[in-house]
Formats: sequence, C-alpha cells, structure tokens
Amino acid sequence: MQHQNKTNDAGYGEYTLVWLGLLGLTGLTVALAGIDLGRWVIATALVIAGIKSMFVLNIFMHLKSEDRLFRIFTAVAVVTLAIFFILTFFDYAFA
Amino acid sequence: MTKSALAAEIAEPDYLHAPTKFKGLFGWIFSTDHKRIAILYLATMMLFFLVAVILGVLMRVELFSSGRTIVDPQTYNQMFTLHGVIMIFLFIIPGMPAVFGNFMLPLMIGAKDVFFPRLNLFSWWLFLAGALTVVVSLFLPGGPSDTGWTFYVPYSIRTTTNVIPALAGAFILGFSSILTGLNFITTIHRMRAPGMSWFKMPLFIWAIYSTAWVQILATPVIGITLLLVTIERLFGIGIFDPAMGGDPVLYQHLFWMYSHPAVYIMILPALGVVSEIIPVFARRTIFGYKFIAYSSIAIASVGSLVWAHHMFTVGMSNTGMFVFSLLTFLVAIPSAIKVFNWIATLYKGSILIDVPLLFVLSMIVQFCIGGFTGLMLGALAVNIHVTDTYFVVAHFHYVMFGGAGFALFAAMHYWFPKMFGRMIRRKPAMIGWLLMTVGFNMFYFTMFILGYLGMPRRYYDSLPEFLPLHRIASVGSWILAAGIFLVVANLFISIRRGAKAPMNPWGGKTLEWTVPSPPPVENFHEIPSVITGPYDYSEYEKPEAGE
Repeated sequence: MQHQNKTNDAGYGEYTLVWLGLLGLTGLTVALAGIDLGRWVIATALVIAGIKSMFVLNIFMHLKSEDRLFRIFTAVAVVTLAIFFILTFFDYAFA
Repeated sequence: MTKSALAAEIAEPDYLHAPTKFKGLFGWIFSTDHKRIAILYLATMMLFFLVAVILGVLMRVELFSSGRTIVDPQTYNQMFTLHGVIMIFLFIIPGMPAVFGNFMLPLMIGAKDVFFPRLNLFSWWLFLAGALTVVVSLFLPGGPSDTGWTFYVPYSIRTTTNVIPALAGAFILGFSSILTGLNFITTIHRMRAPGMSWFKMPLFIWAIYSTAWVQILATPVIGITLLLVTIERLFGIGIFDPAMGGDPVLYQHLFWMYSHPAVYIMILPALGVVSEIIPVFARRTIFGYKFIAYSSIAIASVGSLVWAHHMFTVGMSNTGMFVFSLLTFLVAIPSAIKVFNWIATLYKGSILIDVPLLFVLSMIVQFCIGGFTGLMLGALAVNIHVTDTYFVVAHFHYVMFGGAGFALFAAMHYWFPKMFGRMIRRKPAMIGWLLMTVGFNMFYFTMFILGYLGMPRRYYDSLPEFLPLHRIASVGSWILAAGIFLVVANLFISIRRGAKAPMNPWGGKTLEWTVPSPPPVENFHEIPSVITGPYDYSEYEKPEAGE
C-alpha cells in the first residue's frame, strides 16, 4: 500500500526564508541566554524552540500539506511532550 | 476446516517448511515473514532470559549465607546490573510485542504480513546489534557496568566500568522498539480485514496498539537521556553531574519518563493476552469488551504520566509529589476495570482447565498483589518508609514477572500449537506451572516482608536477623528456576515430540484459529471478511430459567 504525497507548494524561496528565520531564532536563543530573565528563562527558550519546531514540521517535513490523520498523530506527540514538560515543572516550579 | 483454510493448506506449505531464498540459518535471519521474525525474537530472547535467570539464582546463592558466599560485592553489583539490563531491555520489553505481536497481529486482523516487512526484519537486526553491544561491554577492559539497570547519575558518569557500551546497547535497542511500534500502528490502521471495525478487533490487538503508542512516544526520551550521559562522560559537559553544575534529579525525571511507561510496554500486551485466553477457556463472550479496550488506552495514557513516583525521596517539591501520587492512584482504575471484567467473564462460564488458563489465573492473582503494593508505594508516607528496600523489588517482580512473565508463558502455551503445529506436552507443563507459582510466591512474598522490615535492595550481604527470611526466599528462587527450566525444556521437546496440533485446539474465535497450524507463508489464501465480534460464544451461553 503506497501513500501518495500531496504536492508541496513550498519553493526554494520559501525554504530559504524559513531557514534564515530558523537561524535568526537560534541567534535569539543564544542572545537571550546571556540575559537574566529569572524564572522566565526556560519558558522563553521553550517558546522559541516550539516555534522553530513548527517551522521544521510544517515546511521542511511537509506536514501542512499532509492528510489530517498524520497531523493528528503529530499533534498527539506534541501534546504528549507538552504534558511531560508541564508535569516536570510541578517539581521544578515549586521546589 | 473452512474452505479458505483448506485451500491455503493445499496451495502452499507452512511457514516453517516453505522454501526460502536462502538455506538454513540465512533463511531465517534474512526472512521478512513476520512469523519467522517472531521466532527469531523468541529464540534470542529466551537465550538472554535463561542467562538472566541464572544470574538471579546466583545472587540468591550469595544471599543464602552471611558474608561472602560465592562473589565479592563488586561482582554482585555487576550481576544485578546485568540481570536487570537483560531482563528489562532484552527480555520483557521486546518479549510480548516483538514475539507474539509480530506473530499474531497480522493473523488476528486478517492480514498477510505487517505493513513494513523489511523494517520489521531491520528491527530484529537492531535488537541483535543492541544485545551484542551489551554483551561486548562485559568483556571489554573495565568490566561490566555496575550502575544497576537505572544508570543513575552521578555514579554512572564517574564509575570506571563499561557504562558507555551498555548505554549504546540500550540506545540501539530503543530504536528497535520504536520501529516495531511504528510498524504495528501502521499495520493496525491500514491492514485490518474488511469488516473488522475498531470494536471488532481482538483485545490483544487493542493492547498491542496502546503499547505501540507508548513505544513511539516514550522511547525517544530515554534515547536522548542516555546520549546525554554519554556526552557528559566523554566531554565532561555538566548536564547531570552536580560537581559540574548539572542536575541529577533532571536525569531521574528523564529516565523515568521512559522507564515507567516501559512498565506498560511490558504489562499491557500481557493484559491483552489474558483478555484473549479467558473467554476461550471460560467459553463465554468477554464481559465489557469496550471497557477493556478503552482501559488499555487509559493505562497507556495515564501510565505515561506517573513517572516521578519513583523519585519521592530525591528532594522533589511537595506539589510535584502530590500530583504524581494522585496520578499513580488513577492508573489503578483502568487496571481494576480489566480485572473485574475478567472475573465477570469467568463467572458462570463453562471453564476448561488447561495450562494457558492456569498461568493466567496465577498471573491475575500476582498482578493484583503487584498492583495493590504499587498503590502502597504510590502513597507518600509508605513510599518514604520502604524506598530502596526489598519491598520495591518484590512489588516490581510481582508486576513484571508475576504479571507480564506469567502472561508470556500463558501466551506461549496458548499460541504454541499455532506457532509450531504441535501441542505442548500437558503433564510437564502443569508441573512446571505449579513449581513456578509456588516458587515465585515463596520467593517474592518473603521479599515484601524483608523489605517492610528494612532490608535494603542491592546489598550483597544482610544482617543476621534477616537471614532466615533470605533463606526462604532463596529456596523459593530455586523452585521457581526449576519450574522455568522445566517449562522451557518442555517447550523445546514439544516442538519435535508434541502431538500434531489441529487448526483450532482450544475452540478460539479469533482469526488466527481459522488458518492451519502452523500457518502458511501468506497466512490467508483469501483475506477473510469479518462479520461478528472476536468472542462470540453465544452457543454456550444458554439463558437460565427466569433470566
């Protein structure tokens, strides 16, 4: 049984833009690491990492043009990861 | 025999005797047939299992007397590490999904193979590569890892034993597990026979499906964690070691984020096996099919969120401890749903006592003891009292061996006629079951008492007041080991000397019993159409007067 990939509309221009965006966000992460954000430091890093992941999943891994089932499966993984983080912070945030 | 089965038998020889591209051993290790791959897993896994059993017996010999008996403390540390790593990563985690999932999944859903047969074979090769990496670590300079199977930091970063090869082995085994899970999920979604809706699937398939999700979602966490420990050892980057600015509690969070759900990778398929065997041997339609199916999903979901109950004494926040204690109690609900439904199925059934059911009955009792003591450990006050004692070891073994292990032997006896086309010799199997049940409970129940009295785990010696109980436990372990060796030897002997098995020796209603024993290479001559549910025993269930 073969799965037919749907046409991916992203061209080289879009890939380049997203790549530059990812580099920019990486730079932002590095820059923010030098600033004392107190208890927001991890949240900030996670938000930036989350945005980067969304770009990679949707553009480079073509998730935005995939079937609904694939998007649901990916969402399950993302939600699970989010729950792992939240539960871990029941320890760290109240320690 | 149905027309379809008859036609299949005439059309092609069974998978054990069918011509293959390569001859001899190569015909097995390069086969993409899910049934042959299952047998490969079974053979490798049983080999490792027996090695780990021997290590366990030797540990009990050491503890039979005060002081040094047969090994020194360092060797004892290495023995329990190896026992744990082999039993967890090479036997019980791959055991049920890789052996019975592989063999039975396509047969039970009416498919000719799994969705990705080559990936399936690759998973076994990865399993073998991971296992060999662990084995090689034993013989390299530095000696076997002595960290325990948990590889806790900072000790695992500082010890001079071969931690990195052991970690690399576990890392590779993790990939094997992920790929197997991926294969099974895809197979279940894409390859069910016409008419087999989700709620006409056998409950073992529901269990395998839930397990596969845990394999995919939780295993990457341990992969990256073990990689981080390796990086820390090799490059001295402070991730987990407090001496380098790292956080050892973070390691424990990450480790248990996988390793507690791993318990459900081990037990969920076992629960699925019980749900298969009980209706067949009670001649009754399973009670509460949908509740059992949903409870598998619930155990997989909630069970993945309780990991930090392994860490109540490491200095977690009170809020964290309360949350994880509560979540731990919640897992008991879907587990109890299964047990109540099994008992309700047995009630007023036309019960046929045979070896698979005997193993299942032992399993239910032992799983309940393991489960209840798990609730005791989930309670903060008790947990702090018995942490790192034999109580934890006993609880763990009641769930893992008393539950998953006994279910694995139940599955082995139940599906053996289908897998090998022979019946297991009944009398030795029954004696083996009796020895295993008596030995197991004598061994591990004594450990509950020892643990409650304060005997710490992982000590190669004990105080004099613990010695009598240690001796009872040791004798129990030897009875258990005798039972295991008898059962395993009987399985091997039955492959050649067992009576020829009919297509459906137990009167099962699921699809694997509609094909010859052993099945032909492509399972079904024609893909079957499914009309009824998998446990339709209505012909046995005559209503009583007044009902």
